[in-house]
Parts: sequence; structure tokens; C-alpha cells
Amino acid sequence: MNVASNGDQSASSAPVIRLEAVGLSYDRTRALDGITLDIPAGRMVGLIGPDGVGKSSLLSLIAGARAIQEGRVHVLGGDIADAAHRRRTCPQIAYMPQGLGKNLYPTLSVFENVDFFGRLFGHDRHEREERIQQLLKDTGLAPFIDRPAGKLSGGMKQKLGLCCALIHDPDLLILDEPTTGVDPLSRRQFWELIETIRKDRPGMSVIVATAYMEEAARFDWLVAMNDGRVLATGTPAELLRQTGADNLDAAFIALLPQEQRRGYKEVVIPPRASGHDDDIAIEAEQLTVRFGDFTAVDHVSFRIARGEIFGFLGSNGCGKTTTMKVLTGLLPASEGEARLFGHEVDPNDMDVRRRVGYMSQAFSLYSELTIRQNLQLHARLFRLAPDTIDGRVRQMVEDFDLTDVIDALPDALPLGVRQRLSLAVAMIHAPDILILDEPTSGVDPVARDGFWQILSDLSRRDNVTIFVSTHFMNEAERCDRISLMHAGKVMISDTPAGIAERRGGGNLEEAFVAYLTDAIAATDAREARATPHVTPEPAAAKAHGAMHNALSFFDPRRMFAYTQREALELRRDPIRATLAILGSLILMFVMGYGINMDVENLSFAVMDRDDTTISRDYVLQIAGSRYFTELAPITDYDDLDRRMRSGELSLAIEIPPGFGRDVARGSEVQIGAWVDGAMPSRAETVRSYVQAMHATWLTQRARQLLGNAATTGDYQLEVRFLYNPDIRSIVAMAPAVIPILLLIIPAILATLSVVREKELGSIINFYVTPVTRIEFLLGKQLPYVALAMLNFFLLTAFAVFAFGVPFRGSFVAFMAAALLYVVITTAMGLVISSFMTSQIAAIFATALLTMIPATQYSGLVDPVSSLQGAGAIIGRIYPTAHFVTITRGTFSKGLDFGDLTGPFVALLITIPVLLGLGVLFLKKQAN
Amino acid sequence: MRAGNIIQLGVKELRGLLRDPMMLGLIVYAFTVSIYTSSRAQPETLNQAALAIVDEDRSPAATRIITAFSPPYFTVPRLIPQSEMMSRMDAGLDTFALNIPPNFQRDLLAQRSPAIQLNVDATRMSQAFTGSGYIQSIVSDEVSEFLSRYRSAAPLPIDLALRARFNPELNKGWFGAINNVISSVTMLSIILTGAALIREREHGTIEHLLVMPVTPFEVMASKIWSMGLVVLVAASVALIFIVQGLLAVRIGGSVPLFLFGMALYLFATTSMGIFLATSAGTMPQFGLLLMLVLMPLQMLSGATTPRESMPQIIQDIMLAAPNTHFVILAQAVLFRGAGLTVVWPQFAALLAIGGILFFVSLRRFRQFLR
Repeated sequence: MNVASNGDQSASSAPVIRLEAVGLSYDRTRALDGITLDIPAGRMVGLIGPDGVGKSSLLSLIAGARAIQEGRVHVLGGDIADAAHRRRTCPQIAYMPQGLGKNLYPTLSVFENVDFFGRLFGHDRHEREERIQQLLKDTGLAPFIDRPAGKLSGGMKQKLGLCCALIHDPDLLILDEPTTGVDPLSRRQFWELIETIRKDRPGMSVIVATAYMEEAARFDWLVAMNDGRVLATGTPAELLRQTGADNLDAAFIALLPQEQRRGYKEVVIPPRASGHDDDIAIEAEQLTVRFGDFTAVDHVSFRIARGEIFGFLGSNGCGKTTTMKVLTGLLPASEGEARLFGHEVDPNDMDVRRRVGYMSQAFSLYSELTIRQNLQLHARLFRLAPDTIDGRVRQMVEDFDLTDVIDALPDALPLGVRQRLSLAVAMIHAPDILILDEPTSGVDPVARDGFWQILSDLSRRDNVTIFVSTHFMNEAERCDRISLMHAGKVMISDTPAGIAERRGGGNLEEAFVAYLTDAIAATDAREARATPHVTPEPAAAKAHGAMHNALSFFDPRRMFAYTQREALELRRDPIRATLAILGSLILMFVMGYGINMDVENLSFAVMDRDDTTISRDYVLQIAGSRYFTELAPITDYDDLDRRMRSGELSLAIEIPPGFGRDVARGSEVQIGAWVDGAMPSRAETVRSYVQAMHATWLTQRARQLLGNAATTGDYQLEVRFLYNPDIRSIVAMAPAVIPILLLIIPAILATLSVVREKELGSIINFYVTPVTRIEFLLGKQLPYVALAMLNFFLLTAFAVFAFGVPFRGSFVAFMAAALLYVVITTAMGLVISSFMTSQIAAIFATALLTMIPATQYSGLVDPVSSLQGAGAIIGRIYPTAHFVTITRGTFSKGLDFGDLTGPFVALLITIPVLLGLGVLFLKKQAN
Repeated sequence: MRAGNIIQLGVKELRGLLRDPMMLGLIVYAFTVSIYTSSRAQPETLNQAALAIVDEDRSPAATRIITAFSPPYFTVPRLIPQSEMMSRMDAGLDTFALNIPPNFQRDLLAQRSPAIQLNVDATRMSQAFTGSGYIQSIVSDEVSEFLSRYRSAAPLPIDLALRARFNPELNKGWFGAINNVISSVTMLSIILTGAALIREREHGTIEHLLVMPVTPFEVMASKIWSMGLVVLVAASVALIFIVQGLLAVRIGGSVPLFLFGMALYLFATTSMGIFLATSAGTMPQFGLLLMLVLMPLQMLSGATTPRESMPQIIQDIMLAAPNTHFVILAQAVLFRGAGLTVVWPQFAALLAIGGILFFVSLRRFRQFLR
């Protein structure tokens, strides 16, 4: 496996990348500083250097994923700052960002992931399938074609990421630490794969950032970086010659400035003093963890003595992390037992927790707190004495070399520095046991050595027990004992030297690979039988035919790529789709049924100080109506006051003494009535009811006194209640609830679909592929439009059949309006999403910007024409108001297109405006 | 349980919030601009009801009726020909259309009891009833005044002295303003706690917390106090400066008692936020669930339409929602000036709802981590 072999012959003279005085800053942090460099074409170029020196930043600038701040970056013969050039060249560039499977979609299958990228680059179906078969066969992923990407092991994820990157035959392949966190076997396979690809495509330039010096040694040309600058360039041999070192690790250290080299020394771990082995700190006995049918940990047993450094090795997803989580009490064991210091792990035992330090695989500290704040928070949570906290924090910061960044936020820092912070946090309370899950993945060699020096001191000097998992063989060799794990089982446990002797002829990596190969061969044989093997057609896919499409601003194929992916994700998350559909029906039911504008059953009571037939007749008039319910009589004014204050009474009536007598005499008399004004709309109704009843009673009295002649009206007022003759609330409400539901739910789904990609990182695919902004937006929108339309049909059917609201107008017009409307509501979500970076803010903003205008300014209760101030203006532009007019018009008023041109035109204007805003605000590069 | 941990973790939440300028901006917006505009937008009683009149008589009597309608209750009536009446109503331009027939005045004086027709758009329920009531009484007043010049009739001298207590002018803006404060409080408190918890899980930080000497109880309690405090402060500022200041709403009752009630309410809503978060798997699911819960809470709490007129079953179900109790409490304390002796059942209900949600979430907490 000598990658360099074909490097020299394919190297051409013109550089593929030319950097001139490139600089980049994040807030106050200077990531890159005046980099001027030519990178030769057709070679395998390595970018080496410690964490945080700007390797990733440089690669993202070259890939066009990040906007350029200073200097010029020429890639493939053009300025990458020029959007037209970016669009032209991005089909020739492939970029794999840092982090395991960061640009993959975890719920999509292996095939679907690659297929998505194929569509983005505009390949037609036949070409796509052919290429995918070939790539998956080459990478050995073919048997797992239907497995979701999230369930792949780390090595497989990286291979899949590579497939996705290679689908469009790039001329420039940019890999950012592709093998970080990947086990040795997968790593080896990964580089073999790259080598094969380069043999097929000799003109391809590959640029790789790596933390593994033994990998870098096989590259054609290296760029050593430090502190945002280039230290040296040249072939590995040249670098070695220049520094007079015998390996690249040493060479790199020699290249570092004097002050950074100081304090570096080779890690030597003194042997353990024997005789303590019966003092057991960590013990697992037949430990088994199952998730449903899947057994993550399968009868694992081990004993770790106090002060021992115990290593855990194995491919990603083999159960290491799960075992560690059981030991920390995060997960319960399905079977078996785990003990710390002889006590069974109990998640509620706070004292044991204070003796354990844990570092999880993914960075899991607070990104909203600075490094200092993170350390202080954890120190306090571990109950360090308040006066020792500052000293301890200072010490950790010095030990882990975090002094320069102490007030920075973790997100602005490279992976390696964040890992160091995690470690510092895990060790801040000087625990007796340290459980470290791949603590050094992504950390550069110098920092790793420093870290192992600390572990060594802790173990040998302070007798701290250390349980660590790693992918680095030189780290495994430093452990007292190691276990090899695969598929939930421990294959072997022994001293590193013992294992190396038994299988690898003295080399631990060889032994590891040998064990794993055997185990995988056994599983593969089973899997291969289970999965029907696809016979690949002869690979003839070399055509760049689809590439010209990259130049166009709109290609339906790319748009549908996003549509299809979004729809697949939606299908894989049935809870989301069900919630969206079932939820709107429930809401429709609750709101249509519950919002009742008929005011009935109002409570009232009487203070009858007359108590005659006439006064009782007056009260009966009110009590007998369906609008009022009479409560116990009011005894006095205090009672009246108290009962009205508590809200018990909506209406209180006082009939004065001598009322009956005065009425009979025809002398002037006054009845007192108090209405609870705390809720004005109800008070209004109560008032009109009481006035009407009072008037009726008067007419009746007049009739009794004067005979019928007096009551013939001077005129008549015929009131016709149109559209809803029975005046049923539901007829008014149900059609108005539909627009609200079709606004809120599609909007929030659309917003989250974009913001989620931003928060989880897959937005990078949008930055580096030829997808245009309008394709991205429309593509994302379509599945939600479809879902919303399905909702629309269900809601309408529910209103008509379950609520019995008659539909009188043109259904076609209603449907057309609904389609326009859901396009608008999803587009609103997309516009909101372009301003939001966190999902919380996105949810809040969407709720705020949809729910309030829809329920208050859109004519649901108060007609838009009655609104005042800013609300009136919002009501006139807000699309829901127009759609409410259309819904009520088609539902109750029997209208058709012709009668509704106004609202239709309003909706039609809104669509391009919103999409235009969406395109305007969406950024095609990171800042 | 240790108070120190709860305080530390709460301070962490506050610091995190300070780092999110977008979220801070939204909070400020929700408690200032949003409350102000929607309170101002709400019509006071019957406001600017769109009225059109078809005058086929053109007599002094008809003119008298037409001129009687004026803002603010009604728009200045638009005089339209008969042919346009239905199409304008169809388009939703008018809520009311009054049709004065030909020879109205002549028939009136001849005591032939002519009929005026009033068409009401009954899909606009909020105005249909009160509006037609107003129109009837205005028309009736004008007609009797018109006739009184020609003949006199003595009505019965029984007067109804109708007074509205607590809000004499029945100014809808008062109640609307408080209602808007309540809805911002609800929305924000549920989102802040719930989404923060889901985010901690998606970023793995919650796991990290739980391997430390920190209990789920402490994690939950810290979120509740910190986020509750943020909302309480924002709502107090909104109540004093926006509602009492800018909107000039006269608050009759005790503001401290109301704020104490709000603190209990926040305990219930923040617990609900945590409960929803433990029920939802991912952020999109949480977003949907939130909408499903927020909408009925807001619409059926008794703030939009009176509780009494809802079907009994809905009334009963809504007793389990904290909003219902808080709306009752807010009305009683702020407008009717009720004291603790009157509203203690609402305080107790809020405490109970919050407590139940809190302990159910606590039980589900570890399960939620998987």
C-alpha cells in the first residue's frame, strides 16, 4: 500500500490551487494569517499540523464552503470568490468535511445517500445507478445498501462519505481528517480505496488534512502548518532531510517554533508495581445490553484493578460506548452486573459519581459557555471547595494548554482543542476512576502525548483507574491491558505485547487487523446470504454529459433531489408526519367544537327587594331564557360585591322596594343591573340580551295594560342572517380554523427542515454542490406542500362530514386557493429559517410570527375591517386573512373564482415575494 | 438534591440565553411590540362594523336613519344600489346591509308598518349579534323620534340602569392586553424549557450532566427557575411599561398578587415544557407537539371566548390546563380586584397541575435519554 507510487508520474506543472495572502478571523481569533502557497496538481497532498492551526478553515475556503475574507484563492484556474466560477467548478470539486458522516443523512439508506448526491450533480437515472453500484462494490458497501447511514460504523460512514464525494468524478478531492475516529482496519481499507481511485483517475488532485503522521508519510507532498501559517512544504523525504529527523512526528516537532517545542518529551509510562491486582475498581460480569432486537453488548466480562490503565479497542459501533455508558449509570444493563469499587452501579448514588470522571465520544459540553465558564460550572457541580475552584481551574487550563482560549466559546475552536477541554472537565474533580471514550480522536500527536503523560501520572502516582477506548495503536500499546471488541463481544483481553505476540508477530496493529478480519469474514458470510447480491453492470460511467447543467440556474433534477430526500426523511420519521396530520384533525375538532360565539348559560342572581308577583315575573323573564342560569339570590350589597369579584356572577339585578306598586301605578321606577366588564366581549353580549329582554317585558306589560293596539310596531325590521341562517358557531368557525392549521403546521415543518440542517451540519452539501438557492428552497418546500395538501383534504372532509358544515361554493376554486396558500405558508417558514441558526429560536419565531397574526389579525373572530392600527395593516397583507375570505366564501357563500379575484390576486402576488425574500436571505456560503 | 447545583445549572441556562441574540430579540419583541400592536388592533366593543345601506326611499325619514350611523361603532355607511348588495356581502366587504324600501316614509306615516330589511353576514359571529342589536336600536330610536314630531305616545316609565363593573367602558383593549401578556408568557415558557432540554439531549450535554453528582430533579428544577425567572421579569416589565404605561390600562387589583400567581403559572407551564420535551423525540416533533398543545390552550382557556359557552366536556377537559386557571385568576385579580381569599382555588390548581407534570416528567427522565 504505497500511495506515493503513482504520484510523481501524474504531477503536472500548473498548480491546482494557488493561495495569495489568505487570512481568516473568527471574531477575535485569527485562524489563518497571510497564507501564500501553490499546491501542485495531480498529487496526493497532505496538510499536517496540530489542532487549531487552520487546516479545516483552509480546506473549507478552497472548497468554496466558506466566504473568503482576505486574499485570493484560485482553484482550478479561477477565483473561488467569484460566484460564477464557483458554480462552474463545483462539479469538479468534492469536499468531505470533518466529523464522522457529517454530510450524510442518518435516516437515509446507503443507496439513498449516494443517490441524492448523484441527483444533485444532475446524473440521469441510468448513469446514477451504474455509478452507485460500481462505487459501492469498490468500497465494499454493496452488502449494506439498504442500511440507514446512521447505523453504519465510523469506518463505513467515511467510506460512504467518500462514495458521495466521488459520485461526480471530481478533479479535486478535498478530505478533512477522513480517518479520524476510524479503526485501523477501516483506515487501511479507506486508503486502499483512495489508491485504487487514483489509479483509475490519474489526473485527480487529492488534498487531505490528517492528524496521523504515518498516513502523511505516504503522501506525495506535504504542507506543515502551525498557528495559521505555513511552516514548510515538500515531499516527506524533503521534510525529513530538512529537519534531520527519522520520522515525520519528530520532523514536525523540529519544525515548530522554539517555545512550542519546549516541554515536549517522549511519553514513558513506568511499569505498574505488582501486588495490587485484587483491589478491583471496575468490574463487569456477563454484561448485556439490548436495544429492541439489537444486542449492543453481548455478555461482556472484565475486571480492572485500581490504578490500571485498561484499553478498549474495536471498530466503531462494536459496543464500547454502550459498555462505558452502563458503567457510568447512563444506561441500565439488560442482563449481568457492573460494579464500581465493589458496589453495583446505581444511577442514584451521588457519592460514586463524584469519584468517576467521564468523557463521552462526541463533544458534550456547553457550547454557549466559554472554556472558563465550563470548567467553573463543572467544578461547582462536583462540589469542589469554593476557595479551591479558581486554583484548580487554572491548573487544568495550564495542564491542557488552554490558556490562550480560556475566554473563547467552544464552537469557535477546532475539534482537538474541544477534546482537550472535555478531558479537562472530566478530570477537574480528581476522580478515582476515569472513563474516557475515544478521548484523543482528532487530537494532534503533540497534544496526545501530553495527554498520555497526564494519564500516566494519574495512574502511577495517584493510583487512578483509567478505562479508555482508542483507535490509535501507539496509545493501545501504552495500556496495561487491552480488550478487543467486535459486534458486542470481547474477542480477547491481554497485555498489548501478549496480543501482538499471539497474532501479529509482534505488531499490535497487524494483530488487531487479523482479529477483525476474521470476525468480519464470519459476519459478512451471514449478511451476504441474507442480502440479495446485486450484480453490477460493467462500469462505463465516464461521461460528463450532465455537467453542463451545473451552469444553469434551475435544474428540476437537482430540485427534485432535495424533494425526494426531504420526503424520504419525512417517511422515515412517521411520528412527525402522523403528528402533522392527526394533530391538525384533533386541533380542528377541539377548536371548531370549543370556540363558541353563542354566549349561553351566563350566571346571574337577583337581589329582589320587592318580592311581589310583578318583580318575580320580571326575574322569570330572564331566568327562563336559555342564555341565563339563575343562582342563589343575592342577600345584600356585600354579597353582591363579593360574588361579582370572584367572577361567580356575570350579571346582578337589583329590584328596588315598591317595584310592583310603582309599575302598577305607572310611576317612575328604576331597575339596577350590573354586568361583569372584565371580559368585554361577554359583557357586550350580556348587555344586549338584558336590554332586549327588558324591552320585551315592557311590551308585554303594555299589552296587558293597554291592549294590543299599543303594540303594533310603527315599522318592522326584518333581520336576515345570511350564509349561516341557523347562526351556528361551527359554520363560522370551522372554515376559519382550516387556514390557521394550514399555516402553522406547514410553516414550522418547513422552518425546521432548513434550520435543522444548519444545526446538524449537513447544510454543507448545499454550500459545495451545484444546487442553486431557488432549487434548494423549492425542493425542500415541495414535500411539505404535498403534506399540507393532504391535510387540507382531510380537514375539509372533517368540516363537511363530521361537523356538518355545508359546502356551497366551488370546490375547485377552494382547492386552487389552498394550493397557493400552502405554497405561501411553507415559503414563510423558509424565509423565517434563513434568519435562524438554532432550532429553539426557529420554533419560537415561527410560533410568534404565525400564531398571533393568524388568530388575531386574520378575521377569525374580529373582521379585518374592524381592526385598528398596525394590526389593520397586518390584516390587509397577511395571507391568512385573504385565505379566510376565500374559505368562508366558498364554504358558506357559494362563491366561485370570479367572485374572489381580489384575494386570489393577493395570494398570487405573495408567492414570488416570499420566494424572492427566501432566495435573497439564504446564504450559499458559510461566513 | 442540592440547592447549589440547582443555582449553578440555572445560571448556566441564563448565560446560554444571553449568548443567543436572536432569541433575546424575539423575547423583547414578544413582550413589547407584539403585545402593543395586538392590543391596539383589537376593536373596542363594536368597532367600524362595515355597513352598507340601500336607500330606495330617499325621504327625510330614510336620511335620518342613514345619518344616525357613524364611527366608531360603524363605518360611515356606504350608499349602494340594490344590485350591488349581495355581491358586496359575498366578497366580505360589508358585514351588514340595510335595505330601506321605496315609499318607506309614506307607509310609516300612514301607519302601514313598512318593513326595513337588515342582511347580516352570520359567518362573522362576533359582530353579527351585537351589531344587529345596535342597528335595531338605532333605527328604532330614529323612527320614534321622527314619528314623535307627528304624534306622541307614552311608553312605560320603567328604566333599566345597566352598568358595567370593573371596566365601565367595556374597553376590549384592557382585557386584550392582559390576554396577550398571558399568551406570550405561555408560549415562551414552554418553548424555553422544552426546547432547551431537547437541545441538551441532541448535543449530548444532558448525558454529561447525569454522570456527575447531579440528579434529574436538579436539572429540571434549574431549568424551571431560570427560564421562569426570565419570563417573569419580561412579563413584569411588559405589564408595567407596556400595559399600564403605553396602553394606559387601568388595573384595579394588586399587581404583586398577580405576579405571584404568574410565578405559580410559570411553574406549571415550564413543567409542561419539560413534559412535552420528554414526550417528543426530536426537535421537529417537539415543534409540532408544541403547536398541538399551545393552540387549544390559547383558544379554549376562556380568554378568547367565554368558558360558559363551551360544551361541558371541553370545559371539564380545560380544567386540567393551567391557562384556564390563570385566565380566571388574571381577570379576578387585575380587574375585579379580588384578593387571595377569592382566588386561592386557582393558586392551588396551578400548583397541583405543575406538580403533577413535574413528577411525571421526572419519572420519564432517564427513559427520555435513550
